[in-house]
Amino acid sequence: MLEVSQLSKHFGGLRANSNVALSVRVGQIHVVIGPNGAGKSTLINMLSGDLPPTSGSIKLDGREIAGLRPDEISRLGVGRSYQKTNIFSSFTVLENCRLAAQSRAPQAWRLFTPADRHAPAIALARHAIAQAELDGREHRVASTLSHGEQRQLEIALSLATAPRVLLLDEPLAGMGAEESMRMVALIGKLRSDHAIVLVEHDIDAVFALADVLTVMVEGQVLASGSPAEIRANPQVQAAYLGTEHGHV
Amino acid sequence: MHPHSRTLGVVLLLALAALALFPLVGGTFYVQLITKVMILAIFAMSLDLLVGYTGLVSLGHAAFFGLAGYALALLQPKYEPMSIFITLPAALALCAVFALLTGALVLRTRGIYFIMVTLAFAQMVYFVFHDTALGGGSDGLYINNKPLVGWGELTLFDLENRTSFYYLVLVLLVAVYLLLRRVLASNFGHALQGIRVNEHRMRAIGFPVMRYQLGVYVLAGVLAGLSGYLSAAQFGFVNPEIISWHQSGAVLMMVILGGMGTLSGSMVGAFVFVLLEEFFKDDTVFGAVAKHWQLLMGLIIVAVACFLPRGLIGLLTRRKRDAGDA
Repeated sequence: MLEVSQLSKHFGGLRANSNVALSVRVGQIHVVIGPNGAGKSTLINMLSGDLPPTSGSIKLDGREIAGLRPDEISRLGVGRSYQKTNIFSSFTVLENCRLAAQSRAPQAWRLFTPADRHAPAIALARHAIAQAELDGREHRVASTLSHGEQRQLEIALSLATAPRVLLLDEPLAGMGAEESMRMVALIGKLRSDHAIVLVEHDIDAVFALADVLTVMVEGQVLASGSPAEIRANPQVQAAYLGTEHGHV
Repeated sequence: MHPHSRTLGVVLLLALAALALFPLVGGTFYVQLITKVMILAIFAMSLDLLVGYTGLVSLGHAAFFGLAGYALALLQPKYEPMSIFITLPAALALCAVFALLTGALVLRTRGIYFIMVTLAFAQMVYFVFHDTALGGGSDGLYINNKPLVGWGELTLFDLENRTSFYYLVLVLLVAVYLLLRRVLASNFGHALQGIRVNEHRMRAIGFPVMRYQLGVYVLAGVLAGLSGYLSAAQFGFVNPEIISWHQSGAVLMMVILGGMGTLSGSMVGAFVFVLLEEFFKDDTVFGAVAKHWQLLMGLIIVAVACFLPRGLIGLLTRRKRDAGDA
Protein backbone atom coordinates (compact mmCIF):
# COMPACT_ATOMS: atom_id res chain seq x y z
CA MET A 1 0.00 0.00 0.00
CA LEU A 2 2.47 2.66 1.21
CA GLU A 3 6.16 1.98 0.49
CA VAL A 4 8.80 4.45 1.61
CA SER A 5 12.45 4.00 0.69
CA GLN A 6 15.67 6.00 0.89
CA LEU A 7 13.66 9.02 2.07
CA SER A 8 15.76 12.00 3.17
CA LYS A 9 15.14 15.55 4.23
CA HIS A 10 17.94 18.00 4.80
CA PHE A 11 17.48 21.50 6.14
CA GLY A 12 20.74 23.14 5.14
CA GLY A 13 23.35 21.05 6.93
CA LEU A 14 20.84 19.40 9.26
CA ARG A 15 19.90 15.88 8.25
CA ALA A 16 16.39 15.69 9.67
CA ASN A 17 15.74 12.38 7.89
CA SER A 18 18.34 10.13 6.24
CA ASN A 19 17.44 7.12 4.11
CA VAL A 20 14.28 6.29 6.00
CA ALA A 21 12.40 3.18 4.87
CA LEU A 22 8.93 2.11 5.96
CA SER A 23 6.01 0.15 4.63
CA VAL A 24 2.45 -0.37 5.72
CA ARG A 25 -0.63 -2.10 4.34
CA VAL A 26 -4.33 -2.10 5.17
CA GLY A 27 -5.01 -3.90 8.45
CA GLN A 28 -1.68 -2.89 9.89
CA ILE A 29 -0.52 -0.22 12.31
CA HIS A 30 3.07 0.82 11.79
CA VAL A 31 4.23 2.79 14.81
CA VAL A 32 7.20 5.14 14.63
CA ILE A 33 8.86 5.96 17.93
CA GLY A 34 11.97 7.86 18.92
CA PRO A 35 13.15 10.63 21.20
CA ASN A 36 12.30 14.28 20.54
CA GLY A 37 14.12 15.55 17.50
CA ALA A 38 14.44 12.07 15.98
CA GLY A 39 12.67 13.26 12.80
CA LYS A 40 9.29 11.58 13.30
CA SER A 41 7.22 14.65 12.50
CA THR A 42 9.45 15.47 9.53
CA LEU A 43 8.74 11.96 8.22
CA ILE A 44 4.96 12.38 8.58
CA ASN A 45 5.15 15.82 6.96
CA MET A 46 6.95 14.35 3.95
CA LEU A 47 4.39 11.54 3.62
CA SER A 48 1.51 14.04 3.68
CA GLY A 49 3.19 16.51 1.33
CA ASP A 50 3.53 19.28 3.90
CA LEU A 51 7.30 19.08 3.35
CA PRO A 52 8.87 18.14 0.01
CA PRO A 53 11.53 15.43 0.50
CA THR A 54 15.12 16.19 -0.46
CA SER A 55 15.42 12.74 -2.03
CA GLY A 56 13.91 9.28 -1.92
CA SER A 57 10.68 7.61 -2.85
CA ILE A 58 7.16 7.38 -1.42
CA LYS A 59 4.97 4.94 -3.35
CA LEU A 60 1.22 4.68 -2.86
CA ASP A 61 -0.09 1.53 -4.59
CA GLY A 62 3.06 1.62 -6.73
CA ARG A 63 2.54 5.25 -7.72
CA GLU A 64 5.24 7.76 -6.83
CA ILE A 65 3.77 10.53 -4.67
CA ALA A 66 6.93 12.12 -3.25
CA GLY A 67 6.87 15.87 -3.88
CA LEU A 68 3.16 16.13 -4.69
CA ARG A 69 1.18 18.91 -2.99
CA PRO A 70 -0.71 18.09 0.25
CA ASP A 71 -4.10 18.48 -1.44
CA GLU A 72 -3.09 16.08 -4.24
CA ILE A 73 -1.83 13.48 -1.77
CA SER A 74 -5.02 13.89 0.25
CA ARG A 75 -7.19 13.27 -2.81
CA LEU A 76 -5.20 10.11 -3.59
CA GLY A 77 -6.44 8.67 -0.28
CA VAL A 78 -3.90 9.68 2.36
CA GLY A 79 -5.39 11.39 5.42
CA ARG A 80 -3.44 12.85 8.30
CA SER A 81 -3.96 14.26 11.76
CA TYR A 82 -1.78 16.81 13.51
CA GLN A 83 0.13 16.75 16.75
CA LYS A 84 -1.15 20.24 17.51
CA THR A 85 -4.93 20.33 17.03
CA ASN A 86 -5.60 21.81 13.61
CA ILE A 87 -9.36 22.13 13.11
CA PHE A 88 -11.87 24.76 11.94
CA SER A 89 -12.54 26.11 15.40
CA SER A 90 -15.42 28.49 14.56
CA PHE A 91 -17.39 25.80 12.65
CA THR A 92 -19.53 23.08 14.19
CA VAL A 93 -18.38 19.46 14.30
CA LEU A 94 -20.66 18.59 11.38
CA GLU A 95 -19.49 21.60 9.35
CA ASN A 96 -15.88 20.62 9.97
CA CYS A 97 -16.43 17.09 8.71
CA ARG A 98 -18.74 18.09 5.86
CA LEU A 99 -16.08 20.43 4.56
CA ALA A 100 -13.53 17.62 4.61
CA ALA A 101 -15.97 15.23 2.91
CA GLN A 102 -16.82 17.87 0.33
CA SER A 103 -13.29 17.77 -1.07
CA ARG A 104 -14.06 14.22 -2.29
CA ALA A 105 -17.17 15.36 -4.14
CA PRO A 106 -16.99 15.88 -7.86
CA GLN A 107 -19.46 18.77 -7.35
CA ALA A 108 -16.99 20.81 -5.33
CA TRP A 109 -17.26 23.58 -7.89
CA ARG A 110 -21.03 23.61 -8.19
CA LEU A 111 -21.80 27.21 -7.28
CA PHE A 112 -25.53 27.12 -6.77
CA THR A 113 -26.21 23.97 -4.76
CA PRO A 114 -26.37 24.67 -1.03
CA ALA A 115 -23.62 22.82 0.79
CA ASP A 116 -25.89 21.82 3.65
CA ARG A 117 -28.05 19.83 1.24
CA HIS A 118 -25.15 18.01 -0.34
CA ALA A 119 -26.20 14.49 0.67
CA PRO A 120 -23.06 12.46 -0.20
CA ALA A 121 -20.79 14.80 1.78
CA ILE A 122 -23.16 14.83 4.74
CA ALA A 123 -23.38 11.04 4.78
CA LEU A 124 -19.59 10.74 4.70
CA ALA A 125 -19.28 13.39 7.43
CA ARG A 126 -21.79 11.64 9.71
CA HIS A 127 -20.01 8.33 9.20
CA ALA A 128 -16.69 9.93 10.22
CA ILE A 129 -18.32 11.52 13.28
CA ALA A 130 -19.69 8.14 14.33
CA GLN A 131 -16.34 6.42 13.78
CA ALA A 132 -14.60 9.04 15.92
CA GLU A 133 -17.34 8.58 18.55
CA LEU A 134 -18.47 12.18 18.46
CA ASP A 135 -22.16 11.46 17.81
CA GLY A 136 -24.47 13.78 19.66
CA ARG A 137 -22.01 16.62 19.35
CA GLU A 138 -22.58 17.35 15.63
CA HIS A 139 -23.85 20.86 16.24
CA ARG A 140 -21.34 21.92 18.86
CA VAL A 141 -18.93 24.63 17.74
CA ALA A 142 -15.47 23.06 17.64
CA SER A 143 -13.84 25.65 19.91
CA THR A 144 -16.28 24.75 22.71
CA LEU A 145 -15.32 21.04 22.75
CA SER A 146 -13.06 19.60 25.46
CA HIS A 147 -9.43 18.93 24.56
CA GLY A 148 -10.11 15.22 24.20
CA GLU A 149 -13.10 15.83 21.94
CA GLN A 150 -11.04 18.20 19.80
CA ARG A 151 -8.47 15.41 19.40
CA GLN A 152 -11.32 13.11 18.29
CA LEU A 153 -12.46 15.78 15.83
CA GLU A 154 -8.90 15.99 14.56
CA ILE A 155 -9.21 12.28 13.65
CA ALA A 156 -12.79 12.67 12.35
CA LEU A 157 -11.64 15.39 9.94
CA SER A 158 -9.13 12.98 8.42
CA LEU A 159 -11.68 10.14 8.32
CA ALA A 160 -14.23 12.33 6.51
CA THR A 161 -11.94 12.38 3.49
CA ALA A 162 -12.38 8.58 3.29
CA PRO A 163 -8.64 7.83 3.34
CA ARG A 164 -7.09 4.40 2.83
CA VAL A 165 -3.85 5.46 4.50
CA LEU A 166 -3.99 7.33 7.83
CA LEU A 167 -1.01 9.25 9.18
CA LEU A 168 -1.55 9.98 12.87
CA ASP A 169 0.91 12.38 14.51
CA GLU A 170 0.76 11.91 18.29
CA PRO A 171 -3.02 11.54 18.60
CA LEU A 172 -2.71 11.16 22.38
CA ALA A 173 -0.89 14.46 22.87
CA GLY A 174 -2.09 16.20 26.02
CA MET A 175 -4.75 13.58 26.87
CA GLY A 176 -5.60 12.23 30.31
CA ALA A 177 -5.44 8.49 31.08
CA GLU A 178 -9.11 7.76 30.40
CA GLU A 179 -9.23 9.80 27.21
CA SER A 180 -6.07 8.04 26.06
CA MET A 181 -7.63 4.61 26.55
CA ARG A 182 -10.66 5.59 24.47
CA MET A 183 -8.41 6.96 21.73
CA VAL A 184 -6.32 3.77 21.69
CA ALA A 185 -9.50 1.71 21.32
CA LEU A 186 -10.68 4.00 18.52
CA ILE A 187 -7.41 3.72 16.58
CA GLY A 188 -7.49 -0.05 17.08
CA LYS A 189 -10.90 -0.17 15.39
CA LEU A 190 -9.66 1.83 12.42
CA ARG A 191 -6.98 -0.76 11.70
CA SER A 192 -9.28 -3.17 9.84
CA ASP A 193 -9.90 -0.86 6.87
CA HIS A 194 -6.94 1.50 6.93
CA ALA A 195 -3.19 1.36 6.59
CA ILE A 196 -2.01 3.38 9.59
CA VAL A 197 1.28 5.11 10.31
CA LEU A 198 1.26 6.23 13.93
CA VAL A 199 3.78 8.47 15.65
CA GLU A 200 3.36 8.25 19.42
CA HIS A 201 5.26 8.84 22.65
CA ASP A 202 2.93 6.98 25.01
CA ILE A 203 4.74 3.68 25.32
CA ASP A 204 1.73 1.71 26.63
CA ALA A 205 -0.31 2.84 23.64
CA VAL A 206 2.55 2.00 21.31
CA PHE A 207 2.78 -1.61 22.41
CA ALA A 208 -0.99 -1.96 22.60
CA LEU A 209 -1.41 -0.95 18.96
CA ALA A 210 1.75 -1.73 17.02
CA ASP A 211 1.90 -4.48 14.42
CA VAL A 212 5.26 -3.17 13.24
CA LEU A 213 7.57 -0.79 15.11
CA THR A 214 10.22 1.49 13.69
CA VAL A 215 12.62 3.22 16.05
CA MET A 216 14.15 6.46 14.82
CA VAL A 217 17.14 8.22 16.33
CA GLU A 218 18.73 11.35 14.91
CA GLY A 219 16.89 11.13 11.63
CA GLN A 220 17.77 7.52 10.94
CA VAL A 221 16.03 4.19 11.39
CA LEU A 222 17.74 2.44 14.28
CA ALA A 223 15.64 -0.71 14.12
CA SER A 224 12.42 -1.98 12.62
CA GLY A 225 10.42 -5.10 13.38
CA SER A 226 7.67 -6.69 15.43
CA PRO A 227 7.08 -5.30 18.95
CA ALA A 228 8.71 -8.42 20.43
CA GLU A 229 11.82 -8.02 18.28
CA ILE A 230 12.10 -4.33 19.16
CA ARG A 231 11.68 -5.02 22.86
CA ALA A 232 14.50 -7.55 22.71
CA ASN A 233 16.82 -5.35 20.63
CA PRO A 234 19.78 -4.30 22.83
CA GLN A 235 20.56 -1.26 20.67
CA VAL A 236 17.03 0.04 21.10
CA GLN A 237 17.14 -0.57 24.81
CA ALA A 238 20.38 1.37 25.11
CA ALA A 239 19.40 4.23 22.82
CA TYR A 240 15.80 4.74 23.68
CA LEU A 241 13.58 2.47 25.67
CA GLY A 242 15.92 1.83 28.54
CA THR A 243 17.10 5.35 29.12
CA GLU A 244 14.05 7.49 28.50
CA HIS A 245 11.16 5.43 29.69
CA GLY A 246 12.54 2.97 32.20
CA HIS A 247 11.93 -0.76 31.72
CA VAL A 248 9.38 -1.86 29.18
CA MET B 1 -22.09 28.30 8.69
CA HIS B 2 -24.91 30.80 8.37
CA PRO B 3 -27.90 30.54 10.61
CA HIS B 4 -29.86 33.34 8.99
CA SER B 5 -31.23 35.76 11.52
CA ARG B 6 -34.92 36.52 11.17
CA THR B 7 -34.51 40.13 12.33
CA LEU B 8 -31.99 40.64 9.58
CA GLY B 9 -34.36 39.23 6.95
CA VAL B 10 -37.15 41.57 8.06
CA VAL B 11 -34.82 44.58 8.07
CA LEU B 12 -33.57 43.72 4.58
CA LEU B 13 -37.11 43.41 3.21
CA LEU B 14 -38.11 46.74 4.78
CA ALA B 15 -35.01 48.36 3.33
CA LEU B 16 -35.86 46.94 -0.09
CA ALA B 17 -39.40 48.32 0.13
CA ALA B 18 -38.06 51.74 1.17
CA LEU B 19 -35.59 51.76 -1.72
CA ALA B 20 -38.28 50.72 -4.20
CA LEU B 21 -40.57 53.55 -3.09
CA PHE B 22 -37.90 56.20 -2.58
CA PRO B 23 -37.95 57.81 -6.09
CA LEU B 24 -41.68 58.55 -5.60
CA VAL B 25 -40.87 60.89 -2.72
CA GLY B 26 -37.17 61.77 -2.99
CA GLY B 27 -35.89 64.78 -4.93
CA THR B 28 -33.44 64.50 -7.85
CA PHE B 29 -30.40 65.10 -5.66
CA TYR B 30 -31.32 62.33 -3.27
CA VAL B 31 -32.33 59.87 -5.99
CA GLN B 32 -28.87 60.36 -7.49
CA LEU B 33 -27.21 60.06 -4.09
CA ILE B 34 -28.98 56.78 -3.32
CA THR B 35 -28.12 55.49 -6.80
CA LYS B 36 -24.47 56.20 -6.00
CA VAL B 37 -24.80 54.45 -2.64
CA MET B 38 -26.36 51.33 -4.18
CA ILE B 39 -23.53 51.17 -6.74
CA LEU B 40 -20.99 51.40 -3.93
CA ALA B 41 -22.90 48.71 -2.03
CA ILE B 42 -22.20 46.32 -4.94
CA PHE B 43 -18.55 47.41 -4.80
CA ALA B 44 -18.38 46.78 -1.04
CA MET B 45 -19.98 43.31 -1.32
CA SER B 46 -17.47 42.36 -4.00
CA LEU B 47 -14.57 43.33 -1.72
CA ASP B 48 -16.14 41.53 1.23
CA LEU B 49 -15.92 38.27 -0.74
CA LEU B 50 -12.16 38.61 -0.46
CA VAL B 51 -11.73 40.34 2.91
CA GLY B 52 -14.55 38.95 5.00
CA TYR B 53 -15.19 35.52 3.49
CA THR B 54 -11.82 34.34 2.22
CA GLY B 55 -9.53 36.33 4.52
CA LEU B 56 -7.68 38.15 1.72
CA VAL B 57 -7.30 41.85 2.58
CA SER B 58 -6.93 43.73 -0.72
CA LEU B 59 -5.96 47.38 -0.91
CA GLY B 60 -6.21 47.50 -4.68
CA HIS B 61 -9.84 46.73 -5.35
CA ALA B 62 -10.39 50.09 -7.07
CA ALA B 63 -8.34 48.77 -10.02
CA PHE B 64 -11.36 46.74 -11.19
CA PHE B 65 -13.78 49.58 -10.48
CA GLY B 66 -11.68 51.95 -12.58
CA LEU B 67 -10.88 49.50 -15.38
CA ALA B 68 -14.56 48.87 -16.09
CA GLY B 69 -15.34 52.59 -15.98
CA TYR B 70 -12.57 53.39 -18.45
CA ALA B 71 -13.65 50.47 -20.62
CA LEU B 72 -17.08 52.09 -20.99
CA ALA B 73 -15.55 55.53 -21.66
CA LEU B 74 -13.17 54.17 -24.30
CA LEU B 75 -15.60 51.82 -26.03
CA GLN B 76 -18.49 54.20 -26.46
CA PRO B 77 -18.29 56.60 -29.42
CA LYS B 78 -18.00 60.23 -28.34
CA TYR B 79 -21.42 61.49 -29.38
CA GLU B 80 -23.67 58.48 -29.55
CA PRO B 81 -24.69 55.77 -27.11
CA MET B 82 -23.69 52.15 -27.49
CA SER B 83 -25.65 49.09 -26.40
CA ILE B 84 -25.11 48.06 -22.79
CA PHE B 85 -25.17 44.50 -24.11
CA ILE B 86 -21.80 45.19 -25.77
CA THR B 87 -20.07 47.56 -23.38
CA LEU B 88 -21.00 45.85 -20.11
CA PRO B 89 -19.86 42.31 -21.06
CA ALA B 90 -16.69 43.80 -22.56
CA ALA B 91 -15.93 45.76 -19.39
CA LEU B 92 -16.60 42.71 -17.19
CA ALA B 93 -14.49 40.45 -19.41
CA LEU B 94 -11.61 42.91 -19.11
CA CYS B 95 -11.90 42.79 -15.32
CA ALA B 96 -12.03 38.99 -15.35
CA VAL B 97 -8.87 38.74 -17.46
CA PHE B 98 -7.09 41.32 -15.29
CA ALA B 99 -8.14 39.42 -12.14
CA LEU B 100 -6.98 36.11 -13.59
CA LEU B 101 -3.55 37.46 -14.56
CA THR B 102 -2.86 39.52 -11.45
CA GLY B 103 -4.56 36.97 -9.16
CA ALA B 104 -2.15 34.26 -10.27
CA LEU B 105 0.64 36.47 -8.90
CA VAL B 106 -0.87 38.20 -5.86
CA LEU B 107 -2.30 34.94 -4.48
CA ARG B 108 1.24 33.65 -4.02
CA THR B 109 1.59 36.20 -1.23
CA ARG B 110 -0.11 36.44 2.15
CA GLY B 111 -0.97 39.00 4.79
CA ILE B 112 0.89 42.30 4.57
CA TYR B 113 2.49 41.25 1.28
CA PHE B 114 -0.91 40.57 -0.25
CA ILE B 115 -1.97 44.09 0.77
CA MET B 116 1.17 45.59 -0.79
CA VAL B 117 1.01 43.64 -4.05
CA THR B 118 -2.69 44.34 -4.65
CA LEU B 119 -1.95 48.03 -3.97
CA ALA B 120 0.99 47.92 -6.39
CA PHE B 121 -1.14 46.52 -9.23
CA ALA B 122 -3.82 49.14 -8.62
CA GLN B 123 -1.20 51.90 -8.67
CA MET B 124 0.09 50.55 -11.99
CA VAL B 125 -3.41 50.79 -13.46
CA TYR B 126 -3.75 54.26 -11.96
CA PHE B 127 -0.59 55.50 -13.64
CA VAL B 128 -1.46 53.89 -16.97
CA PHE B 129 -4.50 56.17 -17.09
CA HIS B 130 -2.93 59.12 -15.27
CA ASP B 131 0.28 59.37 -17.29
CA THR B 132 -0.75 58.41 -20.82
CA ALA B 133 -2.98 59.97 -23.43
CA LEU B 134 -5.08 56.78 -23.55
CA GLY B 135 -7.36 57.84 -20.72
CA GLY B 136 -7.09 61.61 -21.07
CA GLY B 137 -4.47 61.93 -18.31
CA SER B 138 -5.46 63.41 -14.97
CA ASP B 139 -8.53 65.11 -16.50
CA GLY B 140 -10.05 61.80 -17.44
CA LEU B 141 -12.70 61.21 -20.08
CA TYR B 142 -16.30 62.26 -20.55
CA ILE B 143 -19.02 59.74 -21.25
CA ASN B 144 -21.55 61.91 -23.02
CA ASN B 145 -24.33 59.35 -23.31
CA LYS B 146 -25.73 56.77 -20.99
CA PRO B 147 -25.42 53.19 -22.28
CA LEU B 148 -28.35 52.15 -24.46
CA VAL B 149 -30.48 49.39 -22.97
CA GLY B 150 -31.53 47.84 -26.27
CA TRP B 151 -30.29 47.16 -29.76
CA GLY B 152 -30.03 49.62 -32.68
CA GLU B 153 -33.36 51.47 -32.93
CA LEU B 154 -34.98 49.45 -30.16
CA THR B 155 -34.69 50.94 -26.67
CA LEU B 156 -36.09 48.88 -23.79
CA PHE B 157 -35.81 51.73 -21.33
CA ASP B 158 -34.00 55.02 -21.21
CA LEU B 159 -31.10 55.37 -18.80
CA GLU B 160 -30.93 59.13 -19.42
CA ASN B 161 -33.99 59.15 -17.16
CA ARG B 162 -32.61 59.21 -13.60
CA THR B 163 -35.45 57.18 -12.17
CA SER B 164 -34.95 54.41 -14.76
CA PHE B 165 -31.25 54.41 -13.94
CA TYR B 166 -32.09 54.19 -10.24
CA TYR B 167 -34.30 51.15 -10.75
CA LEU B 168 -31.76 49.40 -12.96
CA VAL B 169 -29.17 49.80 -10.19
CA LEU B 170 -31.63 48.63 -7.53
CA VAL B 171 -32.46 45.49 -9.56
CA LEU B 172 -28.74 44.77 -10.05
CA LEU B 173 -28.03 45.29 -6.35
CA VAL B 174 -30.72 42.79 -5.37
CA ALA B 175 -29.54 40.36 -8.07
CA VAL B 176 -25.91 40.55 -6.90
CA TYR B 177 -26.95 40.05 -3.27
CA LEU B 178 -29.09 37.00 -4.08
CA LEU B 179 -26.42 35.55 -6.36
CA LEU B 180 -23.72 35.91 -3.72
CA ARG B 181 -25.92 34.51 -0.97
CA ARG B 182 -26.44 31.44 -3.11
CA VAL B 183 -22.78 31.10 -4.02
CA LEU B 184 -21.62 31.56 -0.44
CA ALA B 185 -23.99 28.83 0.78
CA SER B 186 -22.66 26.39 -1.83
CA ASN B 187 -19.76 24.00 -1.47
CA PHE B 188 -17.60 26.63 -3.12
CA GLY B 189 -18.65 29.28 -0.60
CA HIS B 190 -18.04 26.98 2.34
CA ALA B 191 -14.62 26.13 1.00
CA LEU B 192 -13.79 29.86 0.90
CA GLN B 193 -14.79 30.22 4.53
CA GLY B 194 -12.73 27.16 5.41
CA ILE B 195 -9.74 28.82 3.76
CA ARG B 196 -10.25 31.92 5.89
CA VAL B 197 -10.45 29.93 9.11
CA ASN B 198 -7.66 27.41 8.45
CA GLU B 199 -5.93 27.50 5.09
CA HIS B 200 -3.34 24.91 6.12
CA ARG B 201 -5.90 22.28 7.09
CA MET B 202 -7.89 22.97 3.91
CA ARG B 203 -4.87 21.80 1.92
CA ALA B 204 -4.45 18.77 4.16
CA ILE B 205 -8.07 17.67 3.58
CA GLY B 206 -7.62 17.90 -0.17
CA PHE B 207 -8.60 21.38 -1.35
CA PRO B 208 -6.50 23.03 -4.06
CA VAL B 209 -6.63 26.31 -2.13
CA MET B 210 -5.07 28.49 -4.81
CA ARG B 211 -7.72 27.51 -7.39
CA TYR B 212 -10.53 28.47 -5.03
CA GLN B 213 -8.83 31.76 -4.19
CA LEU B 214 -8.34 32.56 -7.86
CA GLY B 215 -12.00 31.74 -8.49
CA VAL B 216 -13.22 34.16 -5.84
CA TYR B 217 -10.67 36.78 -6.90
CA VAL B 218 -12.09 36.75 -10.43
CA LEU B 219 -15.67 36.86 -9.13
CA ALA B 220 -14.83 39.80 -6.84
CA GLY B 221 -13.05 41.60 -9.68
CA VAL B 222 -15.97 41.16 -12.08
CA LEU B 223 -18.51 42.45 -9.55
CA ALA B 224 -16.28 45.41 -8.67
CA GLY B 225 -16.18 46.01 -12.43
CA LEU B 226 -19.99 46.01 -12.57
CA SER B 227 -20.11 48.74 -9.92
CA GLY B 228 -17.36 50.75 -11.64
CA TYR B 229 -19.21 50.54 -14.94
CA LEU B 230 -22.46 51.74 -13.37
CA SER B 231 -20.67 54.53 -11.53
CA ALA B 232 -18.99 55.79 -14.71
CA ALA B 233 -22.33 55.66 -16.54
CA GLN B 234 -24.06 57.54 -13.73
CA PHE B 235 -21.61 60.43 -13.47
CA GLY B 236 -20.77 60.64 -17.17
CA PHE B 237 -17.03 60.83 -16.70
CA VAL B 238 -14.06 58.88 -15.42
CA ASN B 239 -10.75 60.14 -14.05
CA PRO B 240 -7.80 58.40 -12.39
CA GLU B 241 -9.12 59.20 -8.92
CA ILE B 242 -11.60 56.31 -9.21
CA ILE B 243 -8.57 53.95 -9.29
CA SER B 244 -6.60 55.71 -6.55
CA TRP B 245 -5.73 54.02 -3.28
CA HIS B 246 -8.14 56.43 -1.58
CA GLN B 247 -10.92 54.68 -3.43
CA SER B 248 -9.58 51.22 -2.45
CA GLY B 249 -9.30 52.43 1.13
CA ALA B 250 -12.80 53.89 1.18
CA VAL B 251 -14.42 50.63 0.07
CA LEU B 252 -12.37 48.72 2.64
CA MET B 253 -13.66 51.11 5.31
CA MET B 254 -17.24 50.51 4.14
CA VAL B 255 -16.75 46.76 4.60
CA ILE B 256 -15.20 47.19 8.06
CA LEU B 257 -17.80 49.75 9.12
CA GLY B 258 -20.71 47.52 8.12
CA GLY B 259 -19.21 44.25 9.32
CA MET B 260 -16.79 41.93 7.53
CA GLY B 261 -18.02 38.58 6.31
CA THR B 262 -21.65 39.65 6.00
CA LEU B 263 -23.12 40.74 2.66
CA SER B 264 -25.76 42.86 4.35
CA GLY B 265 -23.06 44.44 6.50
CA SER B 266 -21.21 45.56 3.38
CA MET B 267 -24.37 47.17 2.05
CA VAL B 268 -25.04 48.90 5.37
CA GLY B 269 -21.41 50.04 5.40
CA ALA B 270 -21.75 51.65 1.97
CA PHE B 271 -24.95 53.44 2.97
CA VAL B 272 -23.63 54.71 6.29
CA PHE B 273 -20.25 55.72 4.87
CA VAL B 274 -21.67 57.82 2.02
CA LEU B 275 -24.49 59.34 4.05
CA LEU B 276 -22.11 60.25 6.89
CA GLU B 277 -19.75 61.78 4.36
CA GLU B 278 -22.58 63.95 3.02
CA PHE B 279 -23.64 64.85 6.54
CA PHE B 280 -20.14 65.79 7.77
CA LYS B 281 -19.55 67.85 4.63
CA ASP B 282 -22.61 69.96 5.41
CA ASP B 283 -21.27 73.33 6.59
CA THR B 284 -24.67 74.45 7.84
CA VAL B 285 -24.29 71.78 10.51
CA PHE B 286 -20.54 71.58 11.04
CA GLY B 287 -19.40 75.06 10.00
CA ALA B 288 -15.65 75.26 9.49
CA VAL B 289 -15.15 71.62 10.49
CA ALA B 290 -17.12 70.50 7.40
CA LYS B 291 -14.01 71.06 5.27
CA HIS B 292 -12.20 68.52 7.42
CA TRP B 293 -14.95 65.92 7.33
CA GLN B 294 -12.37 63.12 7.18
CA LEU B 295 -11.50 63.87 10.81
CA LEU B 296 -15.07 63.14 11.88
CA MET B 297 -15.22 60.05 9.66
CA GLY B 298 -11.97 58.84 11.20
CA LEU B 299 -13.47 59.09 14.68
CA ILE B 300 -16.47 57.01 13.61
CA ILE B 301 -14.25 54.32 12.09
CA VAL B 302 -12.13 54.18 15.25
CA ALA B 303 -15.25 53.95 17.41
CA VAL B 304 -16.70 51.10 15.34
CA ALA B 305 -13.39 49.22 15.30
CA CYS B 306 -13.10 49.54 19.09
CA PHE B 307 -16.68 48.99 20.22
CA LEU B 308 -18.33 47.04 17.40
CA PRO B 309 -15.75 44.53 16.19
CA ARG B 310 -18.45 42.86 14.06
CA GLY B 311 -19.46 46.16 12.51
CA LEU B 312 -22.80 47.92 12.49
CA ILE B 313 -24.57 44.76 11.32
CA GLY B 314 -23.40 43.11 14.54
CA LEU B 315 -26.11 45.14 16.28
CA LEU B 316 -28.74 43.19 14.34
CA THR B 317 -27.29 39.69 14.31
CA ARG B 318 -26.14 38.96 17.83
CA ARG B 319 -24.61 35.54 17.74
CA LYS B 320 -21.82 33.96 19.72
CA ARG B 321 -20.12 32.43 16.69
CA ASP B 322 -17.70 34.07 14.38
CA ALA B 323 -18.66 32.21 11.20
CA GLY B 324 -20.02 34.23 8.30
CA ASP B 325 -23.60 35.27 7.71
CA ALA B 326 -25.26 36.25 4.46
